[in-house]
Amino acid sequence: MTLNRRDFLKVSGAGAAVALTGCATQSAPTVAKANPHVVVVGAGFGGATCAKYLKQWGPNIEVTLIEPNDKFVSCPISNWVLGGIRTMDDITHGYDNLPKRGIKMVKDYVVGVDTGKRTVKLKGGSTISYDRLVLAPGVEIMTDFVKGFREAEAAGKVVHAWKAGPQTALLRKQLEAMPDGGVFVMSVPTAPYRCPPGPYERACMVANYFKKAKPKSKIILLDGNPDVASKKGLFMGAWNDLYKGMIEYRPNNAPYAVDGNKMVVSTEFDDVKGDVLNVVPRQKAGEVCEMAGARNDSNGIWCAVNLATFESTTVPNVHVIGDSVLSNLPKSGHMATNHAKVCAAAIVELLAGRQPDPIPVVANTCYSATSDTTSGYVANVFRFEAGKGYVSAPEGGATAKGDELNFAYNESWAQNIWAEVLG
Amino acid sequence: MTIKTIALSLAACAAFGLAGVASAADMHTKAISATCMSCHGPGGKSLGAIPSINGLDKDYFVKQMKDFKSGARQGTIMKRHAFGYTDAEFEAMGAYFASLK
Repeated sequence: MTLNRRDFLKVSGAGAAVALTGCATQSAPTVAKANPHVVVVGAGFGGATCAKYLKQWGPNIEVTLIEPNDKFVSCPISNWVLGGIRTMDDITHGYDNLPKRGIKMVKDYVVGVDTGKRTVKLKGGSTISYDRLVLAPGVEIMTDFVKGFREAEAAGKVVHAWKAGPQTALLRKQLEAMPDGGVFVMSVPTAPYRCPPGPYERACMVANYFKKAKPKSKIILLDGNPDVASKKGLFMGAWNDLYKGMIEYRPNNAPYAVDGNKMVVSTEFDDVKGDVLNVVPRQKAGEVCEMAGARNDSNGIWCAVNLATFESTTVPNVHVIGDSVLSNLPKSGHMATNHAKVCAAAIVELLAGRQPDPIPVVANTCYSATSDTTSGYVANVFRFEAGKGYVSAPEGGATAKGDELNFAYNESWAQNIWAEVLG
Repeated sequence: MTIKTIALSLAACAAFGLAGVASAADMHTKAISATCMSCHGPGGKSLGAIPSINGLDKDYFVKQMKDFKSGARQGTIMKRHAFGYTDAEFEAMGAYFASLK
């Protein structure tokens, strides 16, 4: 890289600030070890990417990736399965390529973390030591937040389908079984939650399906937020142009209860009856973060990290990436892959006894479909500045209208990011 | 890096105890280039409609990024990304992707 003098002074200045303030928030680079061991928990967009780049940039590092599921099921594009334009097979991918990269995959659950001894305990009984630990569990759905949800979920009557998998398939079946003229009630969690545009894309995909298969049907969107939380112009435009009269949007309508027998969602204003109910409760950092003492924000919900390295602000040698992180960055799978790259780069440097890059950059690119032929996007680049965190670069933003070219890019984005994460 | 910046690096290392600034710069290039791959595919090789960017001529790469930024080249999403990087980073990324076949 060619740095001019001004760039360099910027770099060294930022580096100095990090180094000087680093004592409280960042463990020092360790004396280089021949084969340090990094354990990554969770093989989603963030964890699998982090494991891949740790091996690529630090071939001497031993990398263990712990994941309880056999297959990767993608949340992005799972709304397309609900809309009937893709299948579960399309969004389900194997982990076969990761061991070929020298990553040791362990199929198990973490049941305990001892950050003093630097070990993780697995449900299967074994204990694994680490030099550095990366937690990438995604979100935990706060099912207790909506009264009656757990019972309705256990009975298979009401699902969130906010983690792609069996609930996605079940919700699709419920939509298929719904009679024409039926009502689909969906709730949007209060921010921050995984995938800000996701609920609104879901409404579009279900509306696209209803328009073709059961045109007398209705969608009621109960939003816990005061307004459409992402890509408002794009989604409102689609609801008015493509699905006029089909989608009823109700802001400030967080559900507090659901009854899976009577098929009613209750907000503080109304009891809303539907034929298919899709309640998406609020979310917090994955449970393993709690085990490590890293779910450390003031409410014990999210994980505060040094955003230049993704190391916990309170637990040395424990890094958190992806949706569990407390930050101004959007909680998306795409963003998780870029947390993963910054985190992997920092860990490689720290384990080699060097200072990590003081000015990392992350970018978010998020496509959402508005119909089976049109998509729009939101894109932002965020540059880390010491003392400020990630600052959004100029010209970031969203498209106002979906089109066919962006639908083609949306499909291509999915194929490419799956290959990037798992290839 | 020029001799001058290396000298500055060494001075900065001595002043701030930053071992390996040069290495961090190199890692900076690798990490920001990897950011492109979340859309353009692993190693910059796309599987579909999004263009591949591996093996592009460095000067061509740099010119495209500058043109996206200035608006001389119209695109969909790239202007928004181009505004996030410096000219020095365009050069560094261009050299990196040129090296990936």
